[in-house]
Amino acid sequence: MSKQNLKEYWKENLKYLAILLLVWFVVSYGCGILFVDELNTIRVGGFKLGFWFAQQGAIYVFVILIYVYIRLMSRLDSKYEVNE
Amino acid sequence: MSAQLWIWILVGLTFSLYIGIAIWARAASTKEFYVAGGGVSPIANGLATAADWMSAASFISMAGLISFSGYDGSVYLMGWTGGYVLLALLLAPYLRKFGKFTVPDFIGDRYYSNVARTVAVFCALIISFTYVAGQMRGVGLVFSRYLEVDINTGVLIGMVIVLFYAVLGGMKGITYTQVAQYCVLIFAFMVPAIFISFQMTGHLIPQIGFGGEVSEGVYLLDKLDGLHRELGFHEYTSGSKSTMDVFFITAALMVGTAGLPHVIVRFFTVKKVSDARKSAGWALLFIAILYTTAPAIAVFARTNLIETVSNKEYDELPQWFENWEVTGLLQFNDKNGDGKVQYVADQEKNELQVDRDIMVLANPEIADLPNWVIGLIAAGALAAALSTAAGLLLVISASVSHDLIKKIVKPDISEKGELIAARVSAFLAVILAGYFGVNPPGFVAATVALAFGLAAASFFPAIVLGIFYKRMNKEGAVAGMVVGVLLMLFYMTKFKFGWFGGGTQEDWWFGISPEGFGTFAMLVNFTISIVISKFTPAPPMEVQDIVENIRIPSGAGQAHDH
Repeated sequence: MSKQNLKEYWKENLKYLAILLLVWFVVSYGCGILFVDELNTIRVGGFKLGFWFAQQGAIYVFVILIYVYIRLMSRLDSKYEVNE
Repeated sequence: MSAQLWIWILVGLTFSLYIGIAIWARAASTKEFYVAGGGVSPIANGLATAADWMSAASFISMAGLISFSGYDGSVYLMGWTGGYVLLALLLAPYLRKFGKFTVPDFIGDRYYSNVARTVAVFCALIISFTYVAGQMRGVGLVFSRYLEVDINTGVLIGMVIVLFYAVLGGMKGITYTQVAQYCVLIFAFMVPAIFISFQMTGHLIPQIGFGGEVSEGVYLLDKLDGLHRELGFHEYTSGSKSTMDVFFITAALMVGTAGLPHVIVRFFTVKKVSDARKSAGWALLFIAILYTTAPAIAVFARTNLIETVSNKEYDELPQWFENWEVTGLLQFNDKNGDGKVQYVADQEKNELQVDRDIMVLANPEIADLPNWVIGLIAAGALAAALSTAAGLLLVISASVSHDLIKKIVKPDISEKGELIAARVSAFLAVILAGYFGVNPPGFVAATVALAFGLAAASFFPAIVLGIFYKRMNKEGAVAGMVVGVLLMLFYMTKFKFGWFGGGTQEDWWFGISPEGFGTFAMLVNFTISIVISKFTPAPPMEVQDIVENIRIPSGAGQAHDH
């Protein structure tokens, strides 16, 4: 793989990481901690929304994030032909 | 059949299964001993990682912990799962591509220095030992509570089992027993949860029952909040810790999770980089099943407990109350002599002391479930404690035989010699862990939570910078790790054991508790590493090439042999 290709591959990888980690931060530290009181004024079924994010929602999103990452990276690997 | 008989049958069956697997999966080479040969499938590795990760604390104590702290307990739920996102995105694939056996391997090679390697070995040993002592104690406790043997006998039985499959099978034996242990522990955790959820809310899935209605128009969580207000506790769904502290503790647990050596090494066992990513996904999925159920159990058990005991005649309480009073986990003291149980927040008037572990352990009895469920809980708790203990013991033995003996003290040791050294150090580590299990040093309970702080303050920055910052050199990384760990140790001993003048909550820096301080120490580590590396020479060209190489997934197979 050429130097130029490696650079581009790495840049796209970093872009994905930035986006996914932003979501990671928002659902846990944002919805579950910093804005929990504001979100708690909204109710979904028996849950206050902020409390739900802190004890359930954030975890579901974490799982989804890793699976999205796996898909994005396997597409990226094939695009740059660095898959095994 | 009696509960006691069920316990013996289920524990006996699962133990024979683990021993059978150990005999089948003997390790013949160092590669098999350290990384199970490197050919574990992503799903098996996901299962093994989940069992490796979920300890006696996750299985027995966490639901109870949340039960008594309500919203504040979220730090454990988010902290101990969110770390896997960091692990999957920032560490696992690159470390797999690097393709050696241990975390100090990476630190030592990437920072081209045996000083860095030694610092890393030292950190790995402190973290793993504080952790493993707690596990052996957990094994002893479960044995003594369920099998009516002495705690020390329980620790001894646990040691023999772990010895058998860790020394014989190494990582290969551990991996496949962990797969079996995950199945046992998750089944044991879910069965009572499903029963109780259905009893209380009519929903089979606990995660839905959690937000369900207990009676027409009354939601479970609202009811519990109401009960808490009545008895003077803080509202269940809102917190009592400061937002700042919750933030820092969550971050320390997340980053610490990603930096724990026994979790990281699991990703060296898969065939290729894409498998490392996949197994992180599987691992978190399997962990999430337990971690999203635990807060539901916490709410069911809390509501059940308050409704059953609060303001009830002591003489009319159900049988399980007496059973657990005998163990000392429930203590009733009729202060005002009215014959009723007053369970309130006010310590002057409160008459009931409840140990948090009871929330999972006594759940089947409180909910009146069949006897085999009680046997299942015992087998599950043992699976959780043994699987984590084995993973930690492997890290300890690899640190000694591979990182210290092979890489530093005696590089010309033969493959056979190294394998013997690995087995001997695993053996000694089990003995030492067992000793701590029998004679628990007072600091164990306090330091298990802090092991995360230590991992966050030491490994995480060194590994992440090693991958994402090519210019990072040995001077920066070593200085960062040393300062990070020392700062964390200082803060922890100051506020937990009263060294260096001690201090109370008012003296905490920026209002951060020792549990959350790992985040601060990590930030200091990052800053020092980067600043020092700016003023010292860049790493040699071949090291920069290693960094370029670990960033591309292809070719992981060849990189493996050394």
